[in-house]
Amino acid sequence: MKHYEVEILDAKTKDKLCFLDKVEPNATIGEIKSMFHKSHPQWYPARQSIRLDPKGKSLKDEDVLQHLPVGTTATFYFRDLGAQISWVTVFLTEYTGPLVIYLMFYFRVPFIYAPKYDFTTSKHWVVHLACMCHSFHYCKRLLETLFVHRFSHGTMPLRNIFKNCTYYWGFAAWMAYYINHPLYTPPIYGEQQIRLALIIFLFCQIGNFSIHIALRNLRPPGSKTRKIPYPTKNPFTWIFLLVSCPNYTYELGSWLGFTLMTQCLPVAFFTLVGFIQMTVWAKGKHRSYLKEFRDYPPLRSPILPFIL
Amino acid sequence: MASSEEDGTVEEKENNNKKRTKSSLATAWLTFYNIAMTAGWLVLAMTMMRFYIQKGTHKGLYRSIARTLKFFQTFALVEVGHCAIGIVRTSVIVTGVQVCSRIFMVWFITNSIRQIQNEESVILFLVVWTVTEITRYSYYTFNLLNHLPYFIKWARYNFFIILYPLGVIGELLTIYAALPFVRRSGMYSLRLPNKYNVSFDYYYCLIIVMLSYIPLFPQLYFHMLRQRRRVLHGEVIVEKDD
Repeated sequence: MKHYEVEILDAKTKDKLCFLDKVEPNATIGEIKSMFHKSHPQWYPARQSIRLDPKGKSLKDEDVLQHLPVGTTATFYFRDLGAQISWVTVFLTEYTGPLVIYLMFYFRVPFIYAPKYDFTTSKHWVVHLACMCHSFHYCKRLLETLFVHRFSHGTMPLRNIFKNCTYYWGFAAWMAYYINHPLYTPPIYGEQQIRLALIIFLFCQIGNFSIHIALRNLRPPGSKTRKIPYPTKNPFTWIFLLVSCPNYTYELGSWLGFTLMTQCLPVAFFTLVGFIQMTVWAKGKHRSYLKEFRDYPPLRSPILPFIL
Repeated sequence: MASSEEDGTVEEKENNNKKRTKSSLATAWLTFYNIAMTAGWLVLAMTMMRFYIQKGTHKGLYRSIARTLKFFQTFALVEVGHCAIGIVRTSVIVTGVQVCSRIFMVWFITNSIRQIQNEESVILFLVVWTVTEITRYSYYTFNLLNHLPYFIKWARYNFFIILYPLGVIGELLTIYAALPFVRRSGMYSLRLPNKYNVSFDYYYCLIIVMLSYIPLFPQLYFHMLRQRRRVLHGEVIVEKDD
């Protein structure tokens, strides 16, 4: 068996960082990253970007050395991705915040509203309903993070956790402050509006969950394969006929329901910002589906059927 | 074969012609725009000087130039458009932030809070803005006409070193002076209860605006310093990698 020699250069300075000899031909990039980590302990594998060309795309951990377009002395370029944090950690942190923060406003913990309102409860039943819905939504997200989602990337840059938590926690506080305020005004159309809103909210929560399950079932445990999602027996997944990322469609629907239920402008604003972000993500995902799969169904739109 | 080759080159020529007419149209518009803005701010400067020489005081000076100021400063919004469509090679965000802060000062502070219109800090930032804009727009004008006198270039990239901080001081002192009047009148504010279940306090908003100068001003100032080093001393500055 012929052994390879691997040299790793810095992508920017072209300095020789590491030389590995007697590397097995069937070694993966992941294994090479572990070997590189041994000689440079500050660069754990998750923050290494290894590429064939200094300005090229990162190679995948699963790529095998002998299948790459390299000679028996392979030259790779290294870029430091910066401190990394696992997706699971980020999700758990960014979702636990809103759950706890909203409840603090709901129970009217001291120093938020005037002291005479401390630990009182709202006299409007829609406020209790809203708290249940909001808490249910974030509990669902936490449980999905722990038991449902299969992540294709293990980590993301550390600075993302500050950005994401500011967004989720900040908006949660802003919404919760007004919904649980002693001077809160319930929806104009009263019970009819609240009932309709609740139906929309629950429908979309179930829908969103169904999509997450369907996406999980596309991917066997521990794999990072990508397949085209199709409608299953579950009617909530039939939306796959018209949309590439129905999880985002249902998420938008849930928040529209919550906006209608609470009739609160900060909630509407949060829904709008979330919609803009999810549309950007959906368009990106839709584009990569089209690039990767020749037979991708042409009827599908990224996030809104026929519209967007 | 020969005919398709010809078609190819004819199309190429047509595209190049289209590009040339677009860029000459852009140059014509930008030249007109920059001449007009230079003239506008010159008029403002002269009106201000005439008022002060005739009346001997700055009281009432703002009122006398308010309309002209509002017109020319608001018109500067098109500069964001210039960056967005690419006929000016500057970041949309940097231009956007600068123009927005000016619009904010003119429309939401000095225009709407009458009681502070005679403050000295208003005169301070008005003088700073006037000198800065006349220098800046004449620089752009001469650049477009390909006849840039060195002293204009020197002025554009050196005056700001003093003028920028002075302008910020003028603006901050003006907002600070406006605070008690905003609080008392409750202007631009929305109280609970209301059917939108939201509230807005312009007073605290202004305090946040004042605090935002702390991170924003150094970034804009150092951006200008980097430009200065590049233009005046030909240094190549490598921007920090993200």
